[in-house]
Amino acid sequence: MTTPEVAGLAPELAGAKEGQGEKPVLSAGERFTSYDVEAFEVPGGREENWRFTPLRRLHGLHDGSAALDGRAPVTVPAAEGVTVETVGRDDARIGEGGTPADRVAAQAWSAFPEATVVTLDGTPAPLTITVEGPGAGSTAAGHLQLRTTPFAEATVVLEHRGSGVLADNLEVVLADSSRLTLVVTEEWADDAVHVSAQHLSVGRDATLKVVAVSLGGDLVRVSPTVTYRAPGGDVDLVGLGYADAGQHLEQRLLVDHAVPHCKSNVLYKNALQGRAGTTDAHTVWIGDVLIQAAAENTETFEFNRNLVLTEHARADSVPNLEIETGEIVSAGHASATGRFDDEQLFYLQSRGIPQDQARRLVVRAFFGEILQRIPTHGAGALPALRERLDAAIEAELAVTGV
Amino acid sequence: MSTLEIKDLHASVSTDDGPKPILRGVDLTVKAGETHAIMGPNGSGKSTLAYAIAGHPKYEITSGQVLLDGEDVLGMTVDERARAGLFLAMQYPVEVPGVSMANFLRSAATAIRGEAPKLRTWVKEVKGAMSDLGISEEFADRSVNEGFSGGEKKRHEVLQLALLNPKIAILDETDSGLDVDALRVVSEGVNRYRSPENGMLLITHYTRILQHITPDFVHVFAGGRVVESGGPELADDLEKNGYERFVREAAAAS
Repeated sequence: MTTPEVAGLAPELAGAKEGQGEKPVLSAGERFTSYDVEAFEVPGGREENWRFTPLRRLHGLHDGSAALDGRAPVTVPAAEGVTVETVGRDDARIGEGGTPADRVAAQAWSAFPEATVVTLDGTPAPLTITVEGPGAGSTAAGHLQLRTTPFAEATVVLEHRGSGVLADNLEVVLADSSRLTLVVTEEWADDAVHVSAQHLSVGRDATLKVVAVSLGGDLVRVSPTVTYRAPGGDVDLVGLGYADAGQHLEQRLLVDHAVPHCKSNVLYKNALQGRAGTTDAHTVWIGDVLIQAAAENTETFEFNRNLVLTEHARADSVPNLEIETGEIVSAGHASATGRFDDEQLFYLQSRGIPQDQARRLVVRAFFGEILQRIPTHGAGALPALRERLDAAIEAELAVTGV
Repeated sequence: MSTLEIKDLHASVSTDDGPKPILRGVDLTVKAGETHAIMGPNGSGKSTLAYAIAGHPKYEITSGQVLLDGEDVLGMTVDERARAGLFLAMQYPVEVPGVSMANFLRSAATAIRGEAPKLRTWVKEVKGAMSDLGISEEFADRSVNEGFSGGEKKRHEVLQLALLNPKIAILDETDSGLDVDALRVVSEGVNRYRSPENGMLLITHYTRILQHITPDFVHVFAGGRVVESGGPELADDLEKNGYERFVREAAAAS
């Protein structure tokens, strides 16, 4: 089978085909990146990077046909220790976090009208940033960069709401010895499409904790890439997704260990409930961890669990671990997808707990491990957020009377 | 006064090769104030009887009746049976990760009692019941049965027995896997539950637990039914002579 050539691809970008074509790249470290959308082929749907994503539902984000003339306003409240700037793509800081690795991310990079840079200094109070969709029928490209100063300690909630189609890049640039807890929620209206590339760049001895919560939207595809600029970085990525009938939730992670003495821990949990007569509820989790030859003393673990609550649901889970050095502390990965455990339900019911309540107990317990990472007391406490997410999950459970 | 009546109960278990009959006509009546021991060899169907009464989905009742105070138990869901006053202490209690013991006990007590117990008295009640069974307080925050040792699981089954105070309790091999000290503590817990209002069906393979919990009646279970009934002296006979005679007779009968 011959790979179709793409017109206009510069000879020096021949490598652009790697990972974009139908033959998967052999190593996550070899994947192609570029700021230029034209450097990427238009995906056809069989590429490794796109094979789970229903391209028809991307509203042209992938093939250049999306107008991207909408606006997705970013709201950042003024607060002590928080500096907010609106800059162009020529700002020297833009791109410090990373480079797009797929066509939609590059499309967003090429098209965003302005970027918001939020700098966190010292120990600001928990900050909530809101990104509003461009509105039903509209498409937009966005760009947001969060950066810390050395020794800063901050908690940021990044909420996505509203309607429409948004492709964006989120850069998180952690200065040396800074600590950031970042909660990213996808609380979109039913029509929304969000394709987001997260570039998480971790400085020396910096700590990043991300809690990703995916609830709303028609199609939400989030691709976080973690890179370490120096030793001592510690990254904890946890996420939960709740896919209803017709919803497509995709999480594609790459943790790239290229320097020694760094840690990463990944735990994503999804629940799915579909319905007869419509598109399946679908979750996709791709977890790539790459330990490069130089990354001695790496400590990493990644885990994906999916709980299939009903028929008409599909969970894809692909953990990948590449190890190029044996001089590591530990590396592991695991994936488990299952239905409700009948024995658990029987046990709870045999104590008088009605079936619907027993099922709720089990689902809440399933997500509890993720939600408890959102602190409810202490300096970065977010009790209202935790309560809202608990309620949102209760509401999801009520949809099919689970 | 409560009565559990099991009448000509037949049940089969679903296997890969289709349904396999296990219970072959069980007749048994347990009245309030009585303790019945069901003893039998492995594979005789004792545990199936317990699970069939509790309503485990793996077992299908093919004929017969189970009545609690005249009410048809087999027509009830699993949780309805529990709320009607039946309790099964399981041989292998199930782990429920993420659900704390405290949350679980309170949910169960709320369901069984029909209203949420008052928080202040409830905390006291749970602490007291835990201390009676030598369960340390930290277990309240642990996930249900997760990482518990065999003995800890059994103590927690008896803890639930104490808090839920069912009309009729079925204890399935509650003695298995217990060391001497744990057996004593668990037996004391079971004896505290016994009262003129409560009936109990104690399923066991060994006579060991009967030295702590004296039954009023002993039944020998073999080939999926009760093959002989008597008083506590029947247990002594089994201790001396084993089940062989009953197994042979049951095999000859089927």
